[in-house]
This record gives sequence, C-alpha cells and structure tokens, in this order.
Amino acid sequence: MSSELLQIKNLHKRFGDLEVLKGIDLTMKHGDVVSLIGSSGSGKTTLLRCVNLLEDYEEGVVAVEGEQIGYKNKAGRRIRLPEKEIARQRAMTGMAFQHFNLFPHMSAIRNVMLGLVKTKKMAKDEAYAIAEKWLGRVGMLERKDHFPGQLSGGQQQRVAIARAIAMNPKLMLFDEVTSALDPELVNEVLAVILDLAKEGMTMLLVTHEMQFAHDVSNRVIFMQDGRIGEEGPPQEMFKNPKTERLSEFLKSSKF
Amino acid sequence: MEITQALNAIWATRFAILDGIWNTIQISLLSIFLGTLLGVVVGLILTYGHIAVRVVIRIYTDFLRGTPVFVLILACFYILSVIGVDLSAFQAGVFALTLFCSSHVGEIVRGGLQAIPKGQTEAAMSIGLTFSETFFSVLLPQALRQILPTWVNTATEIVKASTLLSIIGVVELLLSVQQIISRTFLSLELYFFAGFVFFLINFAIEKGGRYIERKVAIPN
Repeated sequence: MSSELLQIKNLHKRFGDLEVLKGIDLTMKHGDVVSLIGSSGSGKTTLLRCVNLLEDYEEGVVAVEGEQIGYKNKAGRRIRLPEKEIARQRAMTGMAFQHFNLFPHMSAIRNVMLGLVKTKKMAKDEAYAIAEKWLGRVGMLERKDHFPGQLSGGQQQRVAIARAIAMNPKLMLFDEVTSALDPELVNEVLAVILDLAKEGMTMLLVTHEMQFAHDVSNRVIFMQDGRIGEEGPPQEMFKNPKTERLSEFLKSSKF
Repeated sequence: MEITQALNAIWATRFAILDGIWNTIQISLLSIFLGTLLGVVVGLILTYGHIAVRVVIRIYTDFLRGTPVFVLILACFYILSVIGVDLSAFQAGVFALTLFCSSHVGEIVRGGLQAIPKGQTEAAMSIGLTFSETFFSVLLPQALRQILPTWVNTATEIVKASTLLSIIGVVELLLSVQQIISRTFLSLELYFFAGFVFFLINFAIEKGGRYIERKVAIPN
C-alpha cells in the first residue's frame, strides 16, 4: 500500500465537447486537509465528484490507497468496474453536499443508520449506537428523531456530515457545504469541520469561505480553467499570491 | 310507492345483487392490484430502462392510454380467443383492466421517480448503496408517497370502468341490477341504487387513501 491516501494523475473530464478538467495531478497523505478554491466553472466541484465517481472521468487515474476508483485496465483497455464494486469503493470516501441531500422520509438517526445497515451490513442496534455517537459529535443527538423538514439548514448539514463520517471513510469530501446556508448558520457547520480536521480526518474541500480555507487547510489549491493554477500552504498562498489570477481572485473574494 | 316496490325488489333479489357487488369488488381489487404491480415495473423501465426497452414500453403505455377501455375489453375477450388464449369473460375483463391500470400507474410512477432530486441518488451512492438499495430505501418510498393521491384516483377509475365488463357478460353490479330492471321496470330506483353502491365503494377507497396519506406523511 502506498503512503499516499489519494492519488490523482493526469485527470481529464469532459462534458460533451467541453473539457472541464485538463490534466489534474494531486496527491494527499493521511491527515491532509486540502481546500480547492477558484471561481465558478474552474472545475473544483467536478474534481471532487470524480474522486467518488459521481462523475465518470475519461482519462487519467484516481486512486484511493492505491486502488483505482471506477476503472481497471484489462489488456490495455480501460473498463468500468461493475456497479457493486463501485458502490464499495464509494464507501471508502464520505461526501457532504451543498444542498445536504438528507433523505426527507427518514428521521435524523435513520439517515445516519442507512449506510451502516445497508453497506456495512451492521445489526440495527449496533448501527443505532454508532449513529447516536456521531449525532452527538455534531451536536444533534437531541434531535435524532426529527425529520429533515423539521431542522434548520445548519442542523441538516450537521446530520449530513454525521451520516458520511459514521461510515468511517478514509477521506471526507466537502462540496461547498456552507453555500446554501443562511449566514448565521455557517459557523456551526464550519466548527464541526474544523473539529474533525483537528482530530486528523483527511479532507478535500471545495469552499468559497476563504478565511475558513485559510484556517483549516494545510494546503490550498487554486483551480483555474480546469487546471491547477497555483498551490501551496495557505499562509503563503493568501499573503503572497504568485500569479495575477490568484491575487485578483482573492481581491474579489474580499479576503 | 315505487320506492317500496324497489326496496322489495332489491330485497327479493338480494343474493343476485350481492353476487354482483362481490364480482365488482373482485374485478376491481384484482385489476388494481395486478395493474399496480405491473405499473411499477412499467414506471421503472420508463425511468431507468435501456433506450430500446424504453421505446417499446413507451409505445405500450401510449397505446393503452389512448385506447378506450371499452375497446380493450372487447379486444381481450374476442381477439385473445382467436389466437388461442382461452380466457373466461371474467378473466379477459380483469386482464383488460389490468393492462389499462398498468399504463396509468406506469406513467404516474415515472413522474414520481423523476420528480425526486438527483441529489438523493447521489447521497445514497456516496454512502455505498447499490442501485437497487438506493431504489428501495430512498427513491421508492418517496415516490410512493408522492403518487398516492393520483394512484387513488386511478383506482376509482378502475372501479367505474369495471361496469364495462357487463358488455362481455360478466355479471357485475351493473349487469345484475339491469337484469332485475328487465323484470321489474324500476329503472330509476335501481340505477340510483347501483350508482349509490359504486359511490360507496369509491368513497371507501378515497377514505382509505387519505388515511394512508396521513399515516405516511413526512413530518415537517
């Protein structure tokens, strides 16, 4: 097993004629927290979604702990893995979404339990105990029997994070998790993520919160037209941007 | 006077009428049940099926929905026997209503499934669920809740359409009443009675539907 947790090599992704990722290389070690920043359309979210194959990719390799996600090479040809295999691989990573995507017909705790019972084949009471533990961690234990429609956006997002983390993923993906939230609800969600980062959770985040990217990450990647424009430790990136594009971007994001 | 006469006539023929009611209920429940099962499969194919299969099923639903139920019943009764499928009038009638029901339910299910945001599937996949697990745990429960009111409506249409089976000689409620009318000439009273019983059956279905709707409503 390689020491790299996530390895992306020469990743290309097209939507029809439009090439949105034009050769991305990225490696992450255990415990890394990497933020992807950049203007909309630069490919941040698509890159994130290729990691758990919510988007197929046409060229290159995405590998988690040395295992290529979604495809294998057989006699020089690239073959998509069977659906069951891909489902197993997807559970290696956890994902939190911009619009939470909680299951509206299930209570908070049943949302968290679903993956444990279906994917991890746990007994109900074992899954219940784990779900309770993680709901407690995100401060939602008291509302475990509430349905998503009865929760605020910030609370829903915290449950959604618990749902992903409870699966014990090797890597957490956060896709603009605060973009759909009212401003006063942003901090409660960021606090949860910061907390997880402190505990050594490996994370890849897409965010528009520059201050947060600065505080939480040990590396920031500035995406630009489907390529990595600039990358480095946040202190350096934000203080001394090397490229004109990044300094303009930082100015427009009021950092 | 006619009212008493009618009541007497109904009482005197109560067993024939009860048979008719029982037939109507059997035909309706069977057709709704089988039509719904088939309809869910049709809806699934219309939503997720391979393009070639989808086209075939699309033609199936459009054809059935664009044909009068009356014609369907006649076709199932007369044409099937020509090609060697020997069904009783009852069976042919239930078969026709099942096809009719499945085309409507299929279309409703397709609409219900497509109305669910894509994020639901993505969230389920991101925690490692396979497609069938996603379908049964996440998509279907949401779709069923959403289509319930429309489905109840289809069910009541099937009950009403069951009267058309009288044309191929199935003695359901309407035909049993007609047979009494031909002996007693109390057409107004007895048709009114038949109409009232149909109303009661559909009223029960609608009440039942509302009850389930309330039972499975998602708190918010």
